[in-house]
Amino acid sequence: MDFKNANELLALCRQEGCPISEIMRRRECILGETTPDTVKRRMAKALSIMRSSATIPLENPGRSMGGLIGGEAKHLAAHAGKKKDICGPVLQKAITYAMAVLEVNASMGLIVAAPTAGSSGVVPGLLLALQEHYHISDDRLLDGLFNAGAIGYLAMRNATVAGAVGGCQAEVGVAAAMAASAAVELMGGTPEECLGAASTVLMNMLGLVCDPVGGLVEYPCQNRNAAGVANALVAAEIALSGIRQLIPFDEMLAVMYQVGRHIPAELRETALGGCAVTPSACQRCGHCG
Amino acid sequence: MSFISVFDVLGPNMVGPSSSHTAGAVAIANVAHKLLAPPLKKVDFTLYGSFAKTYHGHGTDRALLGGIMGFSTDDLCIRDSFRIANERGLAFSFTPNETETDIHPNTVDIRMENADGQVMTVRGESLGGGKMHIVRINGVHVDFSGEYASVVVVQQDKPGVVAHITKVLSDRNVNIAFMRLFREGKGDTAYSIIESDGILPDGIPEQLKTNPHIHDVMIVQP
Repeated sequence: MDFKNANELLALCRQEGCPISEIMRRRECILGETTPDTVKRRMAKALSIMRSSATIPLENPGRSMGGLIGGEAKHLAAHAGKKKDICGPVLQKAITYAMAVLEVNASMGLIVAAPTAGSSGVVPGLLLALQEHYHISDDRLLDGLFNAGAIGYLAMRNATVAGAVGGCQAEVGVAAAMAASAAVELMGGTPEECLGAASTVLMNMLGLVCDPVGGLVEYPCQNRNAAGVANALVAAEIALSGIRQLIPFDEMLAVMYQVGRHIPAELRETALGGCAVTPSACQRCGHCG
Repeated sequence: MSFISVFDVLGPNMVGPSSSHTAGAVAIANVAHKLLAPPLKKVDFTLYGSFAKTYHGHGTDRALLGGIMGFSTDDLCIRDSFRIANERGLAFSFTPNETETDIHPNTVDIRMENADGQVMTVRGESLGGGKMHIVRINGVHVDFSGEYASVVVVQQDKPGVVAHITKVLSDRNVNIAFMRLFREGKGDTAYSIIESDGILPDGIPEQLKTNPHIHDVMIVQP
């Protein structure tokens, strides 16, 4: 019960007649030499941490260690409270939660790396927003997390999820691909549609650089987690409508990795390029260079 | 290729903000603290590369100090590790070294001293995603991750010592996943590092130390 790429994953789904989440769950039990109960308990714990980190800053905003962010999630929630939001309820909530998680992360709070700390807002952001709007049970939401885990595993195995290696497209890009695939399964899509959505995200976020101000996981990371959620939602909608992608996930993942290695080192987490070297960023963080 | 778990993707559960600069730092120091008999009295951290440049904003200092006190990556006490260390009477210092550049970008040297005056130095590299490996013990090049239950044996480089180690482990039904031997020089101090499946049974250090060429044994359970 293992798969090396999306093609093999889809073959397993067909052969076993089950969704991506179930294949990933069985794989974890067999290769991890553990029981379904243990795996479920661990994932439920991850979900509970995700939920806390997505909601705590709405009431109690925290200033980040580097002082670049803090309070954004509360602003977004207040804006929606005044009925002035323009994104629609799912996306509005999703970006609020995604930015909240990054706020918690940047103030040394407890988060679940998904797949990294810098991209930890995207998966919980979208899944929790879908849960609220569509009244999805916690058990069902765990399916979403296993589905997301399958996509992230393929990215870790066959490409990279490190910003220092592949830029932000490898962190927030992969996180958004995971979230898109999970959303499609939760909303009743097929495994093919899940991977179509994941492929679409990688396409739409291809080439995104990693250029954190002051080298810290704060800014623009937090904005980009919100953008990742939006990309995931767009891709899931496209997939669920039945639109098929010309380029399959395995090929998009290979391209993402290849493009990542072509990104100059200045734009791969070194804080030597991009947003990090704008005059305003340098003035703010003071000790650059 | 080792197994990539779904919890390697959705995980670690960690105190932010960075899997490499915070969670990885906790993990390195946590393994280091298991290598020296408690109680620890003094610890000095030397930070290199990106650790040296951004340690404050990433909380790498609190993470290292928390790890050395035995905290795990998801322990919120990490935020208060300066205060907790002071309460425990643990002296600590952080020294950024930005001149040494021929080194992995997220590297830390940890010098620990316990109440008996024993000193040990450990170098760790944080690899991203919370993964790390220990690459030096007391200046000797080694390599292990702390993800497996590990036995670290300090021995004299003499014939028969490794046979003794494997015999003891085999008698206790320990399945060896990886085993490596590192030494300062021929006949000098050597380190055997054995990574095993499952949890190690009690009593292994005592049995290993029946060989006169074995000086010390440390157990690192994951």
